[in-house]
Amino acid sequence: MHPAPSVIIFTVLSGAGFGYLAFLGLGLSLDTGFTAFWQFTLAFSMTVGGLISSTFHLGNPQRALLAFTQWRTSWLSREAWAAVATLLVAGFYAIGVIFFATRFVLLGWLVAAMCIATVFVTSMIYAQMATVPRWNTVLTPIYFTAAALTAGAILSGQGAAAILLLLVLTLIQLACWLRGDRRFAERGHSIASATGLGTPGRIRLFEAPHSGSNYLLKEFGFQVARRHAMKLKVICIVALGVIPVLLIFLGGGIVSLILAFAFHLVGICVSRWLFFAEAEHVVQLYYGNAPAPLGT
Amino acid sequence: MTQPQLDTSPKVSDEVRKTTCYMCACRCGINVHMKDGRVAYIEGNRDHPVNRGVLCAKGSAGIMQVNAPSRLRAPLRRVGPRGSGEFEEISWEEALGIAGDWLSRIRGTDPSKLAFFTGRDQSQSFTSFWAQAFGTPNYAAHGGFCSVNMATAGIYTMGGAFWEFGQPDWERTRLFMLFGVAEDHDSNPIKMGIGRLKARGARVIGVNPIRSGYNAVADEWLGITPGTDGLFILSLIHCLMSAGRIDLNYLARYTDAPLLVDDETGLFLRDSDGKTLVIDRATGELAPFDRKAVRPDPNARHPGHQTVLQLMAKRYLCQEYAPEAVADRCGIPAQRIRAIADEIARVAFEEEITLDRAWTDFRGERHETMTGRPVAFHAMRGISAHSNGFQTCRALHVLQILLGSVEVPGGFRFKPPYPKPVEAHPVPHCKTQPDCPLDGPHLGFVRGPEDLALTEDGTPARIDKAFTWENPMSAHGLMHMVISNAHAGDPYPIDTLFLYMANMSWNSSMNTRGVIEMLTDTDENGDYVIPRIIYSDAYSSEMVAYADLILPDTTYLERYDCISLLDRPICEAEAAADAIRWPVVEPDRDVRGFQTVLIQLANLMELPGFVDEGKAPKWRDYADYIVNHERKPGIGPLSGFRGNGDQTGRGAPNPDQLQRYIENGGFFVNHIPGEAGFYKPWNMVYQDWAVGMGFYDKPQPYLFNLYLETMRKFQRAAEGHGERQPPDHLRGQLRRIMDPLPIWYPPFEEEHADPADYPLHALTQRPMAMYHSWGSQNAWLRQIHGHNPLYVPRDVWDRYGFQDGDWARVSSVHGSITVPVALHGGLNAKTVWTWNAIGKRKGAWALDPDAPEATRGFLLNHLIHELLPPRGDGLRWSNSDPITGQAAWFDLRVSIEKVAPQTETDPAFAAIGSPVGRGPKNLQWKVSE
Amino acid sequence: MTSLPQSTERKMGLVIDLDTCVGCHACVVSCKGWNTENYGAPLSDMDAYGAEPSGSFLNRVHSYEIEPEDNSPAQIVHFPKSCLHCEDAPCVTVCPTGASYKRAEDGIVLVNEDACIGCGLCAWACPYGAREMDSAAGVMKKCTLCVDRIYNENLPEEDRVPACVRTCPAGARHFGDLGDRESAVSQLVAERGGFDLMPEMGTRPVNKYLPPRPKDRLNGVRPRTATSTSEPLASPSAGATDSQSFFAWLDRALEKI
Repeated sequence: MHPAPSVIIFTVLSGAGFGYLAFLGLGLSLDTGFTAFWQFTLAFSMTVGGLISSTFHLGNPQRALLAFTQWRTSWLSREAWAAVATLLVAGFYAIGVIFFATRFVLLGWLVAAMCIATVFVTSMIYAQMATVPRWNTVLTPIYFTAAALTAGAILSGQGAAAILLLLVLTLIQLACWLRGDRRFAERGHSIASATGLGTPGRIRLFEAPHSGSNYLLKEFGFQVARRHAMKLKVICIVALGVIPVLLIFLGGGIVSLILAFAFHLVGICVSRWLFFAEAEHVVQLYYGNAPAPLGT
Repeated sequence: MTQPQLDTSPKVSDEVRKTTCYMCACRCGINVHMKDGRVAYIEGNRDHPVNRGVLCAKGSAGIMQVNAPSRLRAPLRRVGPRGSGEFEEISWEEALGIAGDWLSRIRGTDPSKLAFFTGRDQSQSFTSFWAQAFGTPNYAAHGGFCSVNMATAGIYTMGGAFWEFGQPDWERTRLFMLFGVAEDHDSNPIKMGIGRLKARGARVIGVNPIRSGYNAVADEWLGITPGTDGLFILSLIHCLMSAGRIDLNYLARYTDAPLLVDDETGLFLRDSDGKTLVIDRATGELAPFDRKAVRPDPNARHPGHQTVLQLMAKRYLCQEYAPEAVADRCGIPAQRIRAIADEIARVAFEEEITLDRAWTDFRGERHETMTGRPVAFHAMRGISAHSNGFQTCRALHVLQILLGSVEVPGGFRFKPPYPKPVEAHPVPHCKTQPDCPLDGPHLGFVRGPEDLALTEDGTPARIDKAFTWENPMSAHGLMHMVISNAHAGDPYPIDTLFLYMANMSWNSSMNTRGVIEMLTDTDENGDYVIPRIIYSDAYSSEMVAYADLILPDTTYLERYDCISLLDRPICEAEAAADAIRWPVVEPDRDVRGFQTVLIQLANLMELPGFVDEGKAPKWRDYADYIVNHERKPGIGPLSGFRGNGDQTGRGAPNPDQLQRYIENGGFFVNHIPGEAGFYKPWNMVYQDWAVGMGFYDKPQPYLFNLYLETMRKFQRAAEGHGERQPPDHLRGQLRRIMDPLPIWYPPFEEEHADPADYPLHALTQRPMAMYHSWGSQNAWLRQIHGHNPLYVPRDVWDRYGFQDGDWARVSSVHGSITVPVALHGGLNAKTVWTWNAIGKRKGAWALDPDAPEATRGFLLNHLIHELLPPRGDGLRWSNSDPITGQAAWFDLRVSIEKVAPQTETDPAFAAIGSPVGRGPKNLQWKVSE
Repeated sequence: MTSLPQSTERKMGLVIDLDTCVGCHACVVSCKGWNTENYGAPLSDMDAYGAEPSGSFLNRVHSYEIEPEDNSPAQIVHFPKSCLHCEDAPCVTVCPTGASYKRAEDGIVLVNEDACIGCGLCAWACPYGAREMDSAAGVMKKCTLCVDRIYNENLPEEDRVPACVRTCPAGARHFGDLGDRESAVSQLVAERGGFDLMPEMGTRPVNKYLPPRPKDRLNGVRPRTATSTSEPLASPSAGATDSQSFFAWLDRALEKI
């Protein structure tokens, strides 16, 4: 899948934002007054910024409000509702904290739950795609939710929780990659099932429909070289997990937290880039691009 | 939520204008939907005899041709050097003045100094009429580099050929065998026909080195080695004859099989009236072939003579034609050749068709039924563009005739005005004198050495050396030799080269770079060796940059044309039909239809035929000519709505004729009576109908020619008989190849390109969604075929370790190219191929210089020379069939080697200036909102 | 409208005959022409005359090469592909705005372009590559089964078929109601073993594909039997290959004419 920057920014920022909001909802490291204002500002700007970024890849963003209509069936529509509802409830919660120095605990718990739900709903946009076997697994919502909570834990300075979540997220990330590499083959999709012709290994694309490119190739034809992906995965694990864990473990207060978050953000961006770039859409089969068999 | 309200009956268009497509040579009927006076959508015309509503990719993309940014906008005069593409726009008055000036001077001194050649011209009866009136012998269209072997072999052998002149009986045939066909000959009818066969489970056999397109859907694919089709066909003949699976009744009655051939001269035995003679089985006596009730004996014994069938038995029963003897050479296993022969025979003789239609033959015998042999064949350029192509095409027709499957139900059927014996065609004419028309039509069918186009001193009369000893039966001329010969001054220099619709500095020439050099070469005074070049085209093709004067043509939707029975009509086997084009939109540029420009030039020069005794022009433009020209009294370009609109074929000109055609959907159909539907060459009802239509003036029944006496006459000349004698260096070749019965010999390329050094054959195919170079300016079609790989068979792929994305250098004796490669498993093991004419020169066709056509597209033309390599005899030997002069494109042999991946194909040419600029960046083409 | 109808009154769709398709791209361009001028935004062409032309098409023809198991020559199959108008169309249910919908009356899957935000999710959800985002209009384009032709009272009755079907020169495309077991298209599917693309996706496509027939079966001469010889055209004499026995046969055969 084409790793569109707008979608990477959207999922990374809104995920981290909702994760942070969840921690704020739980009241962890939450201050009041001016400090709380900045805490919520950071959380809201990440979530809202992410959501705004997501509209950059829309062909007709001026109609975006229509996306609220199909919550019965569409995860994207549910995502719109969930994000807005969460932000509204969180807004009330924030007003209480900032202006009235009052933390409505139940409301806070609700905010936290809604944040996690929103991230889950976001993840389901991808996890529901039967056409992208790598995403179409329970690991996808786990990965998204874990990533959001990890970012939240770092941002809210919950050292122990952060370290724990970082380790868990790292394991989940590794699991996603290992599992992901097998998913396509496991599902039995092949150029033979796609075309109903021949048997696997004895059929290949002879001539693409057009010598030029098209939307499908640009959107779904993205391929990342295996060696290149491997390098990125190492960078990803180091930045996403290893360095932040070390920085937080070694302590150092706000500076090391900021550094840890910065590295983590880089790592998660790489992770998200790979999430898209490595995802193989079954339509590639029609273009003769079956995922390389394992072990090559 | 409810579904959106949808208007399922939106208005489709304001008006439908019906005209004829010209996105390829197929000439389908199209419905042009107009909105707000603009072309909105093009679809096939359901009533049209050629396409019956369907339309190919090219046809549907016509809208992108009418808006193409490459359209020339006004007459141009060259201001930079040739090849620079630098021009200034001039007025038509000025352009006609310049051209008229150049041409008048030539005509007043030596009309042969004009070489007028047209490319994909569908108005040849008109352009040849113009050239004849001008008086130059140097006229032809593009048949010489296209498919003259097929056309000529067909007409000489059976009085008609494939495509425009005939078709399989799609309705009844049960076995269809297709030999390597360029997609546009015939485009939609073949697809429709194959669809019909498939729908009823009939078998399709494809004979083609390349399994793609029609061959992909063929039930049987024979991946033959290029240039060996003739040998394969002769082996089928061997199998059929040795099994006795030939139609003796048919052969005895309708062919020359029973004609007696003199053992000594090889000429037919004739009576004092010149009638060929047979032995009548009823009497055992000699009788003219066409005498009433005669029963010719194909196994007659007559001292000093043998019948044609006896000669054939002696030749084709030989072991040299046995499947086992030809299998390796052809690349087809012997048992498969036998199986195919067996299947052909099975269908022909065991699935015999009988139609309850009575008819009477030319000997007066009445037949209560029509017997059919449901085996049909089709072939075009694939088998003909070889130096052995004529004999191969002949072999195919002989096979059809032996099976009795020509002009019978289920077999191959002629389309009016064919069948037409070769005797009904003109012979070539070449006598020229200042200020006089030529002594007759340029092109024709020689009957013997006496008809060659030679001057009194025996040198070629024509610039292309057509109808000379080098290629005696070159009925379509040799357009591919014109520039080369003109540059060499061989046989003589010319003054003006006048070309129409032929991209000679690019994909229409062999040896593209050489041709570019010839067009730009200067003499010691710095003058161009070819002094003046006038070119007419609708688009900014590669050729434009090499002309001195450009006469911009219209697009096909902006012009009048006639698809005439005098020319290459749109008939079907059961009907005579012709068609028009008319301006469904008016040009938005200062352009004129080329034929109108020729009329204006003729009027300016007061050419005979174009002006009356008072020197007043007869026609102001082409539309006027179409309606009012009479070739013979009552016979004009269009056969329908003559006289008062109620006469067909013959009748006075009708001023409302074009309007009547427009009202009728752009065409006219006149059905052949049912009892005349088959056996046309011998069927008296058909013969009388044809006379009524004006195809000929009296009935002309004839026999099919298994044995071509004309060729024997050339052979005899080479043996020293007769007054006109060939030069000594050609005697051996003529003796060998002018065999009156089909033979096979290896393509000439093998004589100089050692198969050990050049082990592969290289071919091109025209993609179905692209026609010549025209498609690349088409925003839709160029997305389908924007560049082309060289397809390589599995063996070669593995041997050289090729992988996807690799490049190769491909070399011939003449040159080399560096191109991307791709694997093709369904390919003859000794063949590589690519799509034709995708490669473009930078700067042409209003494309970006980085267009894939220019960077990754390529031409095989760079590997092919118009001449064979020098033989040390100081002579220039043309790379053509030595019988017809057909360009031997497909003789090409190459070697291949893997090279590092490149960013651009080689050779890369410098960009030429574009007289039309570049196209818009993006298109959202909707004419109405 | 992103809920799928429980069932549709009819299941209009295409049957594509892979045994007959010659790969000419006629359907591709006819579709392009009709749908550029008609339903919704025109199908745009970006960089139309440039180095990387890329336009929207609703139907494209792939070609595949198959090496048969028995090592007979490799075969090419031309493979046109457009929207299959699935019964369980995942592209519809993912749509957040209701722009994508499946019509209850005939099962045609459409995009209401006025409601399309161009998020691309429906294209992600489609296994078949049937949807293409138009770069100029920013809305999703897909095969409409020519819904503006098939019921269009401004067209003659015989023309009320999709543009691709009307234009197909080889007659490899058939249009009809695949929900009606008696329809010509259903019969064709039954006779020829029509199949679904990627059945494992569970999309239940309405469009069906007819498989290529077996090829390259003529490999030997049939044994001569009583029925396979037809006098007087039988063999001159046990495969005679010399002209003398041919002439002897000729005389015998001519006697019977």
